[in-house]
Amino acid sequence: MLSRVAERLYWLARHMERAENTARLVNVYSNLLLDLPKGSKVGWETLIHITGGDQVFEETFKNKDETNVSSFLIAQKSNMGSILNSLIMARENARTTREIIPAEAWELINDLYLYARSNAAKSSGRSSRQVFLKRVINSSFQLTGLLSGCMSHNHAYDFVVMGRNLERADMTSRIIDVGVASLMNHAKNTIDIIPYENSLWMNVLRSLNGYQMYRQHVQDRVNGEDVVDFLLLEPSFPRTVLHCLNRLVEAAGQLPNNENSLRTVAATQRKVRDSKFSELLDTNTQHDFIDQIQLEFAAIHNEIASTWFLKPVELQQQTQTNAA
Amino acid sequence: MGIDWNAYNSAPFYDELISTPGNARKHARAIVSYLHKLKSEEIGARKHAAEVAITTMGITFTVYSDAGNIDRDWPFDIIPRVIAAKEWAVAEQGLVQRLQALNMFIDDIYNDQKILKDKVVPKDLITKSKNFRKACVGMKPVGGIWAHICGTDLVRDGDGQFYVLEDNLRVPSGVSYMLENRAVTKRVFPELFEDLTILPISDYPTQLFDTLAAISPRPLDYPEVVVLTPGVYNSAYFEHAYLAQRMGAELVEGSDLVVEDDHVFMRTISGLSKVDVIYRRIDDLFLDPEVFFKDSALGVPGLMRAWLKGNVALANAPGAGVADDKVLYTYVPAIIKYYLDQEPIIENVPSFICSDEKQKQHVLANLDKLVVKPANESGGYGMLMGPQATKKQRNEFAELIKADPRNYIAQPLLSLSTAPVLVGDHAEPRHVDLRPFILQSGQGSYVTAGGLTRVALVKGSYIVNSSQGGGSKDTWIVSEDG
Repeated sequence: MLSRVAERLYWLARHMERAENTARLVNVYSNLLLDLPKGSKVGWETLIHITGGDQVFEETFKNKDETNVSSFLIAQKSNMGSILNSLIMARENARTTREIIPAEAWELINDLYLYARSNAAKSSGRSSRQVFLKRVINSSFQLTGLLSGCMSHNHAYDFVVMGRNLERADMTSRIIDVGVASLMNHAKNTIDIIPYENSLWMNVLRSLNGYQMYRQHVQDRVNGEDVVDFLLLEPSFPRTVLHCLNRLVEAAGQLPNNENSLRTVAATQRKVRDSKFSELLDTNTQHDFIDQIQLEFAAIHNEIASTWFLKPVELQQQTQTNAA
Repeated sequence: MGIDWNAYNSAPFYDELISTPGNARKHARAIVSYLHKLKSEEIGARKHAAEVAITTMGITFTVYSDAGNIDRDWPFDIIPRVIAAKEWAVAEQGLVQRLQALNMFIDDIYNDQKILKDKVVPKDLITKSKNFRKACVGMKPVGGIWAHICGTDLVRDGDGQFYVLEDNLRVPSGVSYMLENRAVTKRVFPELFEDLTILPISDYPTQLFDTLAAISPRPLDYPEVVVLTPGVYNSAYFEHAYLAQRMGAELVEGSDLVVEDDHVFMRTISGLSKVDVIYRRIDDLFLDPEVFFKDSALGVPGLMRAWLKGNVALANAPGAGVADDKVLYTYVPAIIKYYLDQEPIIENVPSFICSDEKQKQHVLANLDKLVVKPANESGGYGMLMGPQATKKQRNEFAELIKADPRNYIAQPLLSLSTAPVLVGDHAEPRHVDLRPFILQSGQGSYVTAGGLTRVALVKGSYIVNSSQGGGSKDTWIVSEDG
């Protein structure tokens, strides 16, 4: 298959997964804040920080309140990672790979894009937001199912799987960070947040549809260490970091010239597996650890890109073509 | 009540569906009476359903504008245009005949030039043609076929007769819209497809693939066929992707291809992979910067070398456009006679050639009655619609003709036939044309059942191009009277 097509399919899956997971992030926060006491300093700014959008946010908004932050993450044009932008890019990649993906997949993505385009800006209020985020998450589910059930599991599909799982691993690590970062602030809090820790981690699990699966898996009551271990290391739950990495290995294993990519993923797997997250001294080192594995994810991406996508020289030619 | 056909009057024009107010043509009776019986809310609902289908299916075309390129939904009218199968069978023969003769002509032009030596076509016309490619001289493509895919525009005049308006032998577009129009119509009027025998058109992509596979330099069952597109910003990108998808072929851009040792390869995830046939949707001059425009980034350096050595097939072959020049058009009846010794089955629109002094004088004296067309433009650009033009526009055109007579032909303004389009809750006549697609390889010919009917949605307008306010309709070839 063409390198250019491989790249577009990979990004199609990444952007779609990013839209879904950003929707999850906003969702978990909405619920979390309802459970926490007034005056706790767990604020919406954490979300901006976790998605790496501080600078762009400050260019547009002053107050890091609920309305601003959620409209920044849902509809903001200048935020490349906003749900709307992710869907625009998913659609653009789908439009340029229409000949590869099932026609129904294109219709689904196009339909979701059309919906988001007319509704994203109106969806920062609490109740409309729920409806919007749910639609994004469900459409992403639908796409995953459609591709899994109606697309040949060939190389094209392997790139979809790689894009989706790398993005998912990355976002799961960010969602873990939501929990960690919230607790990090507790020292500065006037109100003791510790009694609410349990409900915080429950929300983190719920945002990943993982609460039920976690309870089946861990008999003990919900606590931070077990939750983080579960979300990092449980191989059977499809949103954990290790599971995503395992899927990456499977997909890359089908592709030609995969040695370097497999080696890079294996190094990350080792790092995650050997981590004793619960033994990390404090929330600061925990936060640093999350940062580190996110760098590993970036390295995996670079390896995939340099092995299978158009080379920079060819890309340059590509850009000229597009400009023509 | 649905559409009141008694209130529909297309006079003085020939209408495709209605002969006199209230009376349907025989082959159109089913759809006409159906639309009459349908409640008007129901018709509105069907129209809405069609619009939703077009948006969801993402059937778009791109409009170039100062404000950037805009992707617009494809303008579509739900009332199909119906043609009797008997009449179509004759048109089909005429289209095949025409393309056969044109292919023999192109092959002759780039090789022996017999037709020029016999003075049937003036030599001048070829040597001065913008579409004659010196680089192609001496080339012998597989089966002697240069134009594998042709879109021929047909119109009906007031007498109800089909005429050929022009041939498109370079990169004709529109076939995907023909196919999508049918898909939308099936969603909108499923019940009609149960009761009527409407000739199917869905095998076009298979026929196209077979045509392309037949010209592969390597004798393989499944040669590597690719569709070469200028990219996502091209107005016909939708169609390029659509055809690649339906054929199961790779859709490539210039940067995906590379020529090594005079063979063409594409860059894949496992390295370079050989390409046999390129269905190119890029104009000749952008194909290969080594031979044509040097700064073209759309093409592939070395592509012409590979083609001339016979290591890759190009469809249509470079240089095929020499036969779709609008001046050469006037010689097509003579070309058919010369190569096939047959009378043309479908006639040309009578035309005046400005390079002929006498005819030029006639054109200049009658600019207010004629349509003047430049030899090489497409999409309805650069034309003068004499009867509708201002005096100033006519004077400007007279100067253009005098400066470069070779570049212009003129035709009387045809009374293009009309077909009903839905306007609010009633039907109004609008002018239509028809673009069938003809495929030809050494192994045979194929004509689409019908084609793309384009309609000028603006009242009284003759311009059917989508870039200028045109829309389209599904076209039915109905095999039984009904």
